[in-house]
Amino acid sequence: MSAIDEEVFSKVQSALVDALGVDDDEVTPEATMVGDLGAESIDFLDIVFKLEKAFSIKIPREELFPEDILTNANYIKDGKVAEAGLAELKKRMPWADLTKFENNPRVQDFGDLLTVGDLCRYVQSKL
Amino acid sequence: MRWFWIDRFDEFVRNEHAVTIKNVTFGEEPLDDYMMGHPHYPHSLVIEGMAQTGGLLVAEPSGFKKRVVLAKIGKAIFHRQALPGDQLRLQANIQDVQDSGAVVAGSVTINGELMADLELWFAFLDDRFGQGSLFPPAEFLRVLRVLRLYDVAVDSSGNRIAPPEEFLAAERAEFATG
Repeated sequence: MSAIDEEVFSKVQSALVDALGVDDDEVTPEATMVGDLGAESIDFLDIVFKLEKAFSIKIPREELFPEDILTNANYIKDGKVAEAGLAELKKRMPWADLTKFENNPRVQDFGDLLTVGDLCRYVQSKL
Repeated sequence: MRWFWIDRFDEFVRNEHAVTIKNVTFGEEPLDDYMMGHPHYPHSLVIEGMAQTGGLLVAEPSGFKKRVVLAKIGKAIFHRQALPGDQLRLQANIQDVQDSGAVVAGSVTINGELMADLELWFAFLDDRFGQGSLFPPAEFLRVLRVLRLYDVAVDSSGNRIAPPEEFLAAERAEFATG
């Protein structure tokens, strides 16, 4: 995983503090967006909007949320992401740390995968 | 119970902005009950008025097929109170529209003085929340007419906007059956 640029982190942190009403110190690179910071689906719209403005980038929904992979029967087996699906996820999300998820890739756990660090690395990949 | 916290539209430009007017009167129930001895219009209802203004602005381009609900209040900063006799001017500007929602920046003024700064997030309900419109079309159109939406609504080129054809058909059907 690439290192996180301090300036990127600081802008992402301020977007998350603003959008989620959390404190600065809660927004650590390891914090998960849903589990730790309490982000709900509408918050992701808000966060994407704020990041697009802060970094002057466009964030297509499917880049952050690969729902097409997670709902594709070729990639899913018994509620888990199969080998081919994991390969596709890694290709689509090279900025995300999927190590833990790979151990038990249940589709239902994917929603709480994204961390603040992942988000920073994603933004960096767009700059 | 009626739940309209705007009186009428003053401006409406599709996909851009809308302005509504809300007159505050001592005769309104919320003023009496809200704070005894100091009647003023509750800030929460100012937010609701902006949600109605912005929600209609966001839903109109789809012919009100998008089912728009207020999902999040991103910002609500109030600079003064609204008192009986005041006229609120609520301006909603669309900031961004995505597949699953939209954000509106709202400002409320009284006689040119800033009363509130708002940011409201709207979500578009998908099939998980059932299908069909949130309001009966003929009744909904009646409300839009009362609010004078179609008296002022234009598209970005300045052409007048008419109600969706199915709303007009529902209205005609209602007249026909009396």
